[in-house]
Amino acid sequence: MAIALNIEDLHKTFSLGFIPKKTKILKGISLSVNQGEIFGYLGPNGAGKTTTIKCILGLIFPDKGKIELFGHSYLSLQAKAQTGFLPENPYFYDHLTASEFLYFYSQLFLIKKKEREEKIKHLLQIVGLEPSADLQLRKFSRGMLQRIGMAQSLLNDPSLVLLDEPLGGLDPIGRKEIRDIIVKLKEEGKTVFLSSHILQDIEMICDRVAIIVNGEIVNQGTLKDLISEKILFTEIDLSGVEEKELKNLGESVTKKAGRILLRVSKEENVEKVLELVQSKKGKVHSLIPRTETLEDLFVGMVKQK
Amino acid sequence: MKIRAIAFHTLKEAIRDRILYLILFFAVICIGFSRLLALLTIGDRVKVIKDVGLSSLSLFGALMAILIGTGLVYKEIDKKTIYTLLSKPIHRYQFLLGKFFGLVLTLFIMLLLMSIIFLALIFFHTFKIEWQMLIAILYIFLELCLITSVALLFSCFSTPILSSIFSFAFYLIGHTAWGLETLIIKIKPGFGKAVAQALYQFLPDLENFNFKTEIVLNLPIPPSIFLFSALYGIFYTLFVLTIALLIFRKKDFI
Repeated sequence: MAIALNIEDLHKTFSLGFIPKKTKILKGISLSVNQGEIFGYLGPNGAGKTTTIKCILGLIFPDKGKIELFGHSYLSLQAKAQTGFLPENPYFYDHLTASEFLYFYSQLFLIKKKEREEKIKHLLQIVGLEPSADLQLRKFSRGMLQRIGMAQSLLNDPSLVLLDEPLGGLDPIGRKEIRDIIVKLKEEGKTVFLSSHILQDIEMICDRVAIIVNGEIVNQGTLKDLISEKILFTEIDLSGVEEKELKNLGESVTKKAGRILLRVSKEENVEKVLELVQSKKGKVHSLIPRTETLEDLFVGMVKQK
Repeated sequence: MKIRAIAFHTLKEAIRDRILYLILFFAVICIGFSRLLALLTIGDRVKVIKDVGLSSLSLFGALMAILIGTGLVYKEIDKKTIYTLLSKPIHRYQFLLGKFFGLVLTLFIMLLLMSIIFLALIFFHTFKIEWQMLIAILYIFLELCLITSVALLFSCFSTPILSSIFSFAFYLIGHTAWGLETLIIKIKPGFGKAVAQALYQFLPDLENFNFKTEIVLNLPIPPSIFLFSALYGIFYTLFVLTIALLIFRKKDFI
């Protein structure tokens, strides 16, 4: 599969403070993103996600390392012409209306005048901002700014879209809408590089992920490879059995209104619990086997570091 | 095309900025005030109007260039709008030149407005349009271009308040540096004279753009001086812009 984005041994140090003190932000990042996939870039706050994206976009210059976009150097205009970018907490020119803003950016892509109006209309429709086309951006809510940000990142019909925390700060409906747009981008054959710490969303839509902690990639691969399908434990919600009778079979998590939530670690004990409930004429309300989630993996990695 | 897009966007941003109209308001008041001063003057009243009017154009134009120019790049960095802008297929020099030309265009429009009011005021006194005033105004415009480039340079690495102070200092030094010439003549040869000479070479001389007295008094000006002043303005502006570009080219936007 062709590679959309390739990063090799990326290092970046910042000198911050009144008396400059060197802080290593990226310590040899290497990753590659295949064309047509949604790539999740996971990491806790301050891990170096935004710094990596800024390096890819040429907003900051790495100390060392190689970045290629579709085989071009990341600083070349060809690379930028194929890339779309939505920053974290997007701020735009608040004196402009939504249409004026998109019109201004479309000029930077040298989009022909005839196509501009149509394109802007289409994008505003995609992100659901058509009714607010003539509203100044200063009057936009957080969610609306995120959506206009999404629209500007798609102006050039990019092959690669870099999204920095696109779901942060949005309500559940807003998150779903942005998620749907991202999935649609993939269906159109675009590559999406998505940085986030909202794990459920990453798990839901990403094909591959890389986990960055303290400026280093600690794991990367397909979700299937990273997360084991082995059952970690089974949660059984039951009633009609005394808690002390279950003592050797599992760990009681909660007890409410005669119902016990039991966590059973050994698979053979699940059978025994079910037999016990049957013999006592009790009731099993639910039985959920829990496999490893991305959250388990992520928390484990961060703790390990 | 890209520089033009950024320039027109900068123009749009500037003309939607209230500070511009505030300065324009005071400039118009000041030009109007020259009429009042003229009434109190014994002798050539039109001369007073011309003197005060041209000085107002120069001073308020410089205020516009400094107060808007110093925020041009800083605002983009502070509001993080530069992230999306520079991620588009543009070179950094295109961004900076777009900002420069955008403000120059704004100043041109403002100077034009002020000049129309100024020339109209003279017209009410003399009943003729004094076109020669446009020469003095043209050189004020050249000076404003240079001040814009200086404000833009400071804006690349400093906050608007500090940049404004630096740019005002540049403006003041530029209009008083000619005093060094007198000092050099009067001072005895030695270290002091060498320092004064070096400073005189290095510091800007904005008086090169000041043709107000000559134009108002209708004094003859050799064409070579006009040419020298124009070239001085163009090359100094290019020099400052080049430094700004060199700083901006390698800047990290953290």
